Amino acid sequence: MNKDILVVIEHIRGEVADISYMMIAAARQLAETTEGEVLAVLMGSGVENLAGNLAADKVIYFEDPQLADFTSSTYQQTLEILISEVNPRAVILGHTSIGMEVASLLSAKSDLPLVSTCLSFSGENGLIKFTSQLYGGKILAEGLIPEPIALLTMVPGGYKPEDGQSSTPPLVTTAAPPQFTDLQISIKQYIEPETGDVDITLQPLLIAVGRGIQLEDNIEIAEELAEAIGGVVCASRPVVDQGWLPTSRLVGKSGYRVKPKVYLALGISGAPEHTEGIAGSETIIAINTDPAAPIFNIAKYGVVEDIFDLVPLLTEKIEES
Amino acid sequence: MNIVVLAKLVPDLVEELEIDDSGIALDMTWLRLIINELDDHAIEEAILLKERTGANVTVLAPDIEGVDDILFTAAAKGADRLIKIVGDYESGVNNLGLARVLTPVIKDLQPDLILAGVEAHEDLDGSIGPLLAGYLDLPFIGYVASIELEEGKATATKEYPGGLSAEMEVALPVVLGIQVADEPPRYVAVSKVRQAMKTAEIEELEAGDFDLSGGPTIDRMYQPEVGESATIIDGSLDDIADSLIGIFKELGVQ
Repeated sequence: MNKDILVVIEHIRGEVADISYMMIAAARQLAETTEGEVLAVLMGSGVENLAGNLAADKVIYFEDPQLADFTSSTYQQTLEILISEVNPRAVILGHTSIGMEVASLLSAKSDLPLVSTCLSFSGENGLIKFTSQLYGGKILAEGLIPEPIALLTMVPGGYKPEDGQSSTPPLVTTAAPPQFTDLQISIKQYIEPETGDVDITLQPLLIAVGRGIQLEDNIEIAEELAEAIGGVVCASRPVVDQGWLPTSRLVGKSGYRVKPKVYLALGISGAPEHTEGIAGSETIIAINTDPAAPIFNIAKYGVVEDIFDLVPLLTEKIEES
Repeated sequence: MNIVVLAKLVPDLVEELEIDDSGIALDMTWLRLIINELDDHAIEEAILLKERTGANVTVLAPDIEGVDDILFTAAAKGADRLIKIVGDYESGVNNLGLARVLTPVIKDLQPDLILAGVEAHEDLDGSIGPLLAGYLDLPFIGYVASIELEEGKATATKEYPGGLSAEMEVALPVVLGIQVADEPPRYVAVSKVRQAMKTAEIEELEAGDFDLSGGPTIDRMYQPEVGESATIIDGSLDDIADSLIGIFKELGVQ
């Protein structure tokens, strides 16, 4: 019976991503059910120090110049061999631009079952139940993780990063990856984030617009409010993808993680890709016409109204006061 | 240069979602299906590449209600060939099942480039792009925001969190998962779609039996509790605005 839980540590340019600690926290819970160990897998070149605060029983560190930058092929080939040697009960990866593609490739190539977008797990009598987030966070699905080895990709929200960190350094074993074959992908360069006129990660008050803003011209109502109250306008992915605001204003999984005192969400439904970027906000206030919008789950204050009715009035009142 | 784009229909999240009597699936009765937004970006990227390089674009989609619409719309935008995969989708087909059926179809089309939206909000067993790459034994790059094509290779810009991206070079053929096209998906007039309905042809291919093994089994589906943490401010618009200003002051941002 497989028992151990493998966690694929994600890091980019010398920093461990928060999701890695959340995955370790989840793995600790799973390992209790399976009575196995938590094995963290770190792949890279000269990054052994990143293992230092992982709350894993062991860290397997694959050191190789070809692992210096992430590519799905090198990660997949390294993990394929490791999984066949360790026979873990589960392999946890991030549902991210690193883990998601590696998990799917592994599933197809090694014929391993896969459950994506796992938010949390629960275990009883050796069985592990997953809860996955579907349809932009509007639906949750539960089931048992498949036998015998399950690949799991995780979204943030169910576990705290602190619970995956430890002040006692884990045991680290350094290993060489397999001889890579047929590598077709090479990194040419990294492109730094676009530096905009403002750094939205440093703002105390953000006025965020989402799909509910409907038209480019309507962004004006958010800008007017921002000007009146002294905030800065930012946006969720659909608004930036339309080219209505620059990527320097993008908040979410693929954009910036912000931590303002107040995050005022206008017409934002609260899809997981977006909320991942605003979890660090002190207070979230949401205005949305849909009372069932998932944004209300994480907002401290909610208003179920049309932003086009409320926001101009709010601006007017602030200007008057 | 042959480009194959995968597109599928997914529930429109603007509509209210309900669980059916089985308790393990969405109630499809009144559900409105729309093209997966990221697949729409994949189609746009393919058309942009066609305009730049003269590539031939084939759009491939499972035969779910509304598929003709999305295929003819793609044709109106400039797609050259439309194929729908006919099969029994009634009881639900997971991505593994779909990828297994699409693998031989795509092999026959001999593409240089395969594009798909990097994910769909209903994915529970991985994403169609990297699953296909696995079965086709091709490299995969996901979260792509831009593609340049040269003889025998592509340069794809992959997005990482925090606004960072990486320019990656890859030999063709390759599967790329699209996050966003170089330009927003173009608008196409209804009259052009109607015209495409008259001139373009949708080819049909049989899926045969789907092998769904490897995907998880759902025991329960439900809507998360809404508004658990939010204090809802109601009243007249005037009252609400005053309350919000009060909260801003209290939090020290005004």
